[in-house]
Amino acid sequence: MSGLRILFIDDEGAFTSTLLERLELRNIQAQAALDGHSGISRLDDAAREGTPFHAVVLDVLMPGMDGLETLRHIRQRHPEIPVVVLTGHGSTRDGMRAMQLGAADYLVKPVDIEELVRVVRNASEYAGTLPMQPAEPPQAD
Amino acid sequence: MNMNELRARIRGFFAFPEGVDETRYAHLKRNIGVLMVMVSIVPLCLMALINFHIYRSTLDRELEAPMRGLVNKTKHSFELYLRERLSAVSFIASAYSWDELSTEETLGRIFHIAKQEFEGLVDFGLIDETGRQVAYVGPYNLKGKTYTDQPWFLQTRIRGSFISDVFMGFRNVPHIVIAVEGHTASGRIWVLRATINTDRFDELISHMDLDTGADAFLTTSRGVLQTNSRLYGATLSQLPFELPSASYQANVFHVDGPDGKHYFATCSAFVNPDFVLIAMRPVTDIVSSWYSLRTDLLMVLVGGVLLIALVAFKLTDMLVQRVMDSDRSRETAFREIEHTHKLSSIGRLAAGVAHEINNPLAIINEKAGLMKDLLDREPESEIRSRLTKQIEGVLSSVSRCRVITHRLLGFARRMDVSIEQLDVNEVLRDVLGFLEKEVIKRSVDLRLDFAEVAPVIASDRGQLQQVFLNIIANAFEAIQDGGIISIASRTSDEGVSITVQDNGCGMSSETMSHLFEPFFTTKKGTGTGLGLSITYGIIRKLGGRIDVQSEEGQGTTFTVHLPWGKRQEQ
Repeated sequence: MSGLRILFIDDEGAFTSTLLERLELRNIQAQAALDGHSGISRLDDAAREGTPFHAVVLDVLMPGMDGLETLRHIRQRHPEIPVVVLTGHGSTRDGMRAMQLGAADYLVKPVDIEELVRVVRNASEYAGTLPMQPAEPPQAD
Repeated sequence: MNMNELRARIRGFFAFPEGVDETRYAHLKRNIGVLMVMVSIVPLCLMALINFHIYRSTLDRELEAPMRGLVNKTKHSFELYLRERLSAVSFIASAYSWDELSTEETLGRIFHIAKQEFEGLVDFGLIDETGRQVAYVGPYNLKGKTYTDQPWFLQTRIRGSFISDVFMGFRNVPHIVIAVEGHTASGRIWVLRATINTDRFDELISHMDLDTGADAFLTTSRGVLQTNSRLYGATLSQLPFELPSASYQANVFHVDGPDGKHYFATCSAFVNPDFVLIAMRPVTDIVSSWYSLRTDLLMVLVGGVLLIALVAFKLTDMLVQRVMDSDRSRETAFREIEHTHKLSSIGRLAAGVAHEINNPLAIINEKAGLMKDLLDREPESEIRSRLTKQIEGVLSSVSRCRVITHRLLGFARRMDVSIEQLDVNEVLRDVLGFLEKEVIKRSVDLRLDFAEVAPVIASDRGQLQQVFLNIIANAFEAIQDGGIISIASRTSDEGVSITVQDNGCGMSSETMSHLFEPFFTTKKGTGTGLGLSITYGIIRKLGGRIDVQSEEGQGTTFTVHLPWGKRQEQ
């Protein structure tokens, strides 16, 4: 499909590498960063190169700069890029705070890949980083 | 050492021991009771005792005073009477010479004149220095008698005048002798003697006007009666008791009478002759008023003590009961806190575990997902379909785990509560809507008995739905097909209570004791054991409580009490 480019920022390497591979199988370009700083610099690089990411998937609990802090930075530097928060905590509160800070959506680990793709695609289309797809048949939640 | 021991013992007695066993309350009751009774009864008794003594001494003084007065007055009458007689005899002795008196004719004339004035005068006698009676006027033939050895004669010779004790003398009638010494011109000594009978004494005593039962008499200091006594017999009898030392002031003493009664006696001694006047009154008469007062006092005291003891007992009982109740409620509160604490720490642990498990679970999910993705690209083969089946199994297990970890996290975390005004009946109907299919499928006899007044409370709709769904689902689990489930809602002052009753399998007491613990389940394999613990947590957070009654084989009743809640901002 269309070249959807996603950046994963998650300290769990085994998780992201597998996920990246699965997304690749679905023709989605995805990259991973293991912490907030490298994630932000990766975003900056991509923007400079003229191939910005269409969306960011961000883990909340990370060593160093945590997800919410990273989110704040991304919102400042790349306000156009939608951020989907992925939490292993399952706490509604984190999700709410993330939404307040400007996250496009939030998901709970372990997540279904189709769900993830759908949410990310919707978020990037809504944010305008990815052109709208022809209307999909509505899915039940 | 001994003192310390005693002190320790007293301290031990009045200690109020801690603990909640029965002996402690008995101890407490005893100590408080004894202290209260002592504090109130000791002053009461002291006061009664002091009153008793003050009243008694006052009464004694009041009784003594009139008796003293009476005895002193009568003594004066006696003294006056005797002095008059003495001075009359002295006058005769000095007015007439020996020669005149020694002639019986003159003496007789003087006697007859004197007798008219001189009450009780019996005879006159003139005695010479040798003691021989030279002249005599009177009813007896005593002329020529010799009195040399008579004590009154000797006393008269020594003192110049003399009043004798009562004696019988030669004539066997009690009388006294008044004798006066005289001198002739030549210096010879003679004695004029008058005899007086003592009828007048009895008369003087009868003038004292004593009550019947009382007694008054004249005696010598050696205890020889000078008048008749009602108690101690006729004149010249010996008194059976020792007189108190002579005092010219009225003296009070107590003595046991010959009739066995106790007497209160007043005595007063004469200056001359050696007489003592005694008046006696039975103590019983005097103090009968005192006795009646003492009885009253005693009755008041006993009544007071009984009343105090009763009140102290009741009060102590009440107090100890209060202490007991408060101890019990404290213990219950402690148990509850402990329970809540246990639940919350289990919850924290569970949340920690769930969170740690979530990440590897996510990895497993992705790895298995990748395997599936890769397999999907392989051409159709037997091994592909077998592997796909296995992977489906892994993925479904992961999603089951996901449900568990998310529920655990939900149990532990502070759920975001959104309070709104809601009708509990409506919430129940919503929940029953979910179960409609099952009701029909299992032909459950669902009996609804909702409160007529809409039970509108301020609470969280989603959480209440979860609670009711959980409890009603449990009831469905418990019953067999065709069983009965009754759901009732009631309003009270405190809030709304919802009762879910089933006639299912019920629970053992062992099950009941673990009912709200996380991971405790009787549905091995299908349940997570989190439903009721989450329910419990939610209800607690909403300010309510949950009661469970269950009997094995009889069914279970869950009652959820929810408070009215505060009206949130509109």
